[in-house]
Amino acid sequence: MAATLPLDPSAVAAADEGAPSRNTVWRRFRRHKVALAGGVIMILLALIAICAAPITALILHQDPNAIDNVHWQGYPLAPGAFGHTLGTDENGRDLFARLIYGAQISLTVAVFAVIMEISIGTVLGAISGYYGGWVDFVIMRVTDVVLSIPLLPLLLVLTAIVAGTSNKASLNFGVIVLIIGGLSWPAVARLVRASFLSLREREFAEAAKALGNRDGRIIFRHLLPNAVAPIIVQATLEVANVIILESTLSFLGFGIQPPTASWGNMLANAQSNITVAPWAAIFPGLCILITVLAINYLGDGLRDALDPNMR
Amino acid sequence: MLFTILQQAPGGPLTPYLQNPHITQADIERLKHNLGLDQPVYVQYFKWLGRVLTGDFGWSQSNSEPVTQAIVERLPATLELMGASFVLSLAIGVTAGIVSAVKQYSWLDYLVTTFAFFGQSMPVFWFALMLQLLFAVYGIPLGFGYKIQLPSAGISESDTFILADRLRHLVLPTIVLSLLFIAQWSRFMRSSMLEVIRTDYMRTAAAKGVSRTAVILKHGLKNALIPLVTVIALSLPGLVGGAVITETIFAWPGMGRLFINALGQFDFALLMGYMMLTSFLVIAFNLIADVCYAWLDPRVKYS
Repeated sequence: MAATLPLDPSAVAAADEGAPSRNTVWRRFRRHKVALAGGVIMILLALIAICAAPITALILHQDPNAIDNVHWQGYPLAPGAFGHTLGTDENGRDLFARLIYGAQISLTVAVFAVIMEISIGTVLGAISGYYGGWVDFVIMRVTDVVLSIPLLPLLLVLTAIVAGTSNKASLNFGVIVLIIGGLSWPAVARLVRASFLSLREREFAEAAKALGNRDGRIIFRHLLPNAVAPIIVQATLEVANVIILESTLSFLGFGIQPPTASWGNMLANAQSNITVAPWAAIFPGLCILITVLAINYLGDGLRDALDPNMR
Repeated sequence: MLFTILQQAPGGPLTPYLQNPHITQADIERLKHNLGLDQPVYVQYFKWLGRVLTGDFGWSQSNSEPVTQAIVERLPATLELMGASFVLSLAIGVTAGIVSAVKQYSWLDYLVTTFAFFGQSMPVFWFALMLQLLFAVYGIPLGFGYKIQLPSAGISESDTFILADRLRHLVLPTIVLSLLFIAQWSRFMRSSMLEVIRTDYMRTAAAKGVSRTAVILKHGLKNALIPLVTVIALSLPGLVGGAVITETIFAWPGMGRLFINALGQFDFALLMGYMMLTSFLVIAFNLIADVCYAWLDPRVKYS
């Protein structure tokens, strides 16, 4: 019976191997030492972000938004001065405490924006790949259009419109998540579409259809679980992208607005003070670099572990 | 394959429609603000579209000159920066990718792949700040009291054209803008080259007694470049975005900085002009990429 179905050789091979068990995945992932380190760093960062308030209050004894009126005299305080482990910014606020709160903001924005873009991208990609035809054509044209417009300027224009219609303070967490998440889904849609194109030809898809399942059930219950590995990898890498995007927007003044600390807006003022207070410019960027690097290595390791055949 | 290439084209005429919401909201906002007028959204949009089709992008409030003039004045600076970065990225990215693939698992390969990971993870604006700190504020000591110092802002010292001066100003912004693309393209070139090296025709060429360098460069490179063309075309929007950041930080008198200034003052006519032009550039270069594709790969036929 199998011979009558249109199967490509790679699909047959994949079916023979079967999905790697959880144990195999973990064993493969563990071999990838840098990825493991990336994972550990991310878990630590997530913990720090979740416990931002107790850490800054109980261990550092610093408030991220409080100005050190006792010692600050208009110049940024150097690292180590008056109990400021990493110094202060140009407004006399503790840099370490702001970095920790910045981690909280950056990671939350990233997680929510990625959830949003993965949801949109997966649904559109699945529909596109499963149905094909004109549905596919329309969705893919929209995807092409979004991909052909430079993302950063587009994000900036949208945030500027939001800021223009009300005021800059309205550029809060939710708006940034909506704008980033609403525009960065095309890559996910393309990816999911590609897996669905081959998945819908597989035997179990035919079987599910023959049994009279509704399309929605076939897509989400039968096909989607088989496409989940590349989606997880892509989601991980997208977290890194969103962190960079958010910090760039904030750096240019159209992201998270001060006084709320974000790694990006901490760097905005640091540029003009770079000769007197290089530390204010070095540390936030270092945080972004380490976080994004950790996520990228983590994603790379996950890709190797979940599906060694993927590029 | 041919189909996907042709599918790229319909993106062109659709682009202005996608931007519809900005234009309408922008226009309405501006009109409400300045004139107290309130017209239906679509009327605004079609009026704007009609003017654009006749080449009139409107009046830039923040620069007190027509949008077209404001953009055209700054276009050369941006093209200079983008062009320099493009050439640098292509040269280093492709070379690094080839070396890395040919000497797979050597220390050189590890160096290239690690660098690529750092390059992809680096926040561009922070990298720019750090380069400014190193080269402009501190300077890199060469010994004997000399140090490398490079200007951190502007395109030149004076209005007269001095090549050396222009080049000195170009160095840091170009490196900053290129980093991401060197990283991406070298990674891609590496995997593409690795795939090509294992093919039969490479083995055949080697068996015929062609030297290893000639095999890699003549037979391998040309085939490995084909998929890179697509990747390069896809990263052009990123180049535009990167130029915005780079120009802002290095006070480069180009379109990107014009754009950021316009954002700060909500000069929507200018913003729309900029978006139109950059999208148009991206689409134009996608077409050029398609032509390159056909030229590199005789199997692709346009009929």
